[in-house]
Amino acid sequence: MSSSRREPKVLPVINDRTDSNAILARARRQASTRKLDNYFIVDVDSHIGDGAAWPEILQMIENEAVREAAFSFGGGTGRGAFLNDTPGLQWQSVGGRIPHGAGLKEPVEDKSVPREVALSRKAIESLALDYQVFFPNALLFLGMHPVREMEVELSTAYNRWIVEQVLPHEPRMKAMLYLPFNTLAAAEAMVKRFLGAPGVVGFLVTSTRYQPVHANEYMRLYAMLEEADMPIGFHAHHNWNNEYTRQLNRFISMHAISFVLSNLVHMTNWIINGLPERFPKLKVMWIESGLAWVPFLMQRLDNEYLMRVSEAPLLKRLPSDYMRDMFYTMQPMETSNLKLLEGTFDAIRAETQLLYASDWPHWDFDVPARVFDLPFLDDRSKRNILGLNAARLFNLEVPERYRSRDSVAAE
Amino acid sequence: MVDQLQVKPGREVFVAREADIPDGERKVIEVDGVEIGVFHVDRTFYAWRNDCPHQGGPVCQGRLMKRVEERLDGERRSLGIHYVDGALNIICPWHGYEFDVRTGRHAGQASLRLAGCPVRLRDGEIYVVLPA
Repeated sequence: MSSSRREPKVLPVINDRTDSNAILARARRQASTRKLDNYFIVDVDSHIGDGAAWPEILQMIENEAVREAAFSFGGGTGRGAFLNDTPGLQWQSVGGRIPHGAGLKEPVEDKSVPREVALSRKAIESLALDYQVFFPNALLFLGMHPVREMEVELSTAYNRWIVEQVLPHEPRMKAMLYLPFNTLAAAEAMVKRFLGAPGVVGFLVTSTRYQPVHANEYMRLYAMLEEADMPIGFHAHHNWNNEYTRQLNRFISMHAISFVLSNLVHMTNWIINGLPERFPKLKVMWIESGLAWVPFLMQRLDNEYLMRVSEAPLLKRLPSDYMRDMFYTMQPMETSNLKLLEGTFDAIRAETQLLYASDWPHWDFDVPARVFDLPFLDDRSKRNILGLNAARLFNLEVPERYRSRDSVAAE
Repeated sequence: MVDQLQVKPGREVFVAREADIPDGERKVIEVDGVEIGVFHVDRTFYAWRNDCPHQGGPVCQGRLMKRVEERLDGERRSLGIHYVDGALNIICPWHGYEFDVRTGRHAGQASLRLAGCPVRLRDGEIYVVLPA
């Protein structure tokens, strides 16, 4: 046996200030080993930390009285002003076990661009991405804000910040903009204001809210989005404050249930009230509930629909048929039973409807190798899920170097 | 998929002098593309590949924390969650998978294991044998 006395290279312990390139070094290696640089990859759900920029975002509030009041918070810094996060957010690091789960705190040397852009570029490099769709981190619970107008003020400021301060620096960054869904007129105004803004690829409803998505007031909003060929996304989040989830005494329990519960409710209303028949060209996507809930709901609704068809008269097909036409982000993908996962992929027509999403830097993020390593996918399906389905959904340009390898996604 | 090794398997490589890794500490090294964490626990050295079986995260670069248990009283009522003295887990910093640093077994699913490497101690120095 040969022996080496050479001093080895030492790898550091990862903590909450470690550079994200170092945290994701093994993802970069996975990408190289699998030749993922030859794949067009779109990360459809990224939350590159916006917490540090919150005072900057507050400066974009258009109501002067609200803007000035914001800076009475946080000892005059505005930090955390007006946000209505639940305590659950503080549990994401599993008691400090997942350092980045508490947010990326690394120092950023590149001051030529906003911190979020610098961090985004690191993730793009490490995860071998071509595009990254940016989602608001700070606003995920805003639909539950007790001050209704605060949702409008903060989301308008946030959307301005993304469009004016972030996206112009990096063409690989795209955004789905927050809709203040609790105030219909403001939601419609948001679409009119930002439709066509460079880098805006869709609009977003945060699912944690008590607004029935089938209410008649929303039909004009959906028509606007359908007409504009803009996807609408429903992004799940946790909610530890309703009658059911308050019974759950551990974060794991609440997180596992509540990220699915809100989208179960919204999807059911969407289907049973026939919205796919009313807006057949509207692209609808469901974000961050994982995948296992979809075949569950398909079977549940199909079974009951056949017995109670009179309660869903707008439907012309089975509920599962409509659900199969929608788009789903994969993260956090449940993989403990690959047979069930393969069945899920089949049920949702993953080859054309599933979208890779990392959710980086959240504690349950998924790397692109997660898709690549699935044993039941052929190369065409991998390419579609990793990026080409997103290109079709968001009308993203696929660079020439990938074209010879393009797979044709179903229309 | 196992990331391809770029080094001749079976080769013995130097890690550190024994005195350089105090009890309760670890050293994670990279040799020709192979990453290995060497842990010192109760005067014994253990070596594990820095490759989490979950998503390939840098498991050996995570926090070392005691395992926890939920204690029950005589009537099986919960007394809450507490550390277990003497039990030490290495926790993957990517997603929190926890492995017993002595056995390499996952704290919740024993069949899920870290890949180990033989450790050789010689003249106060620690060597590991790279995986075949």
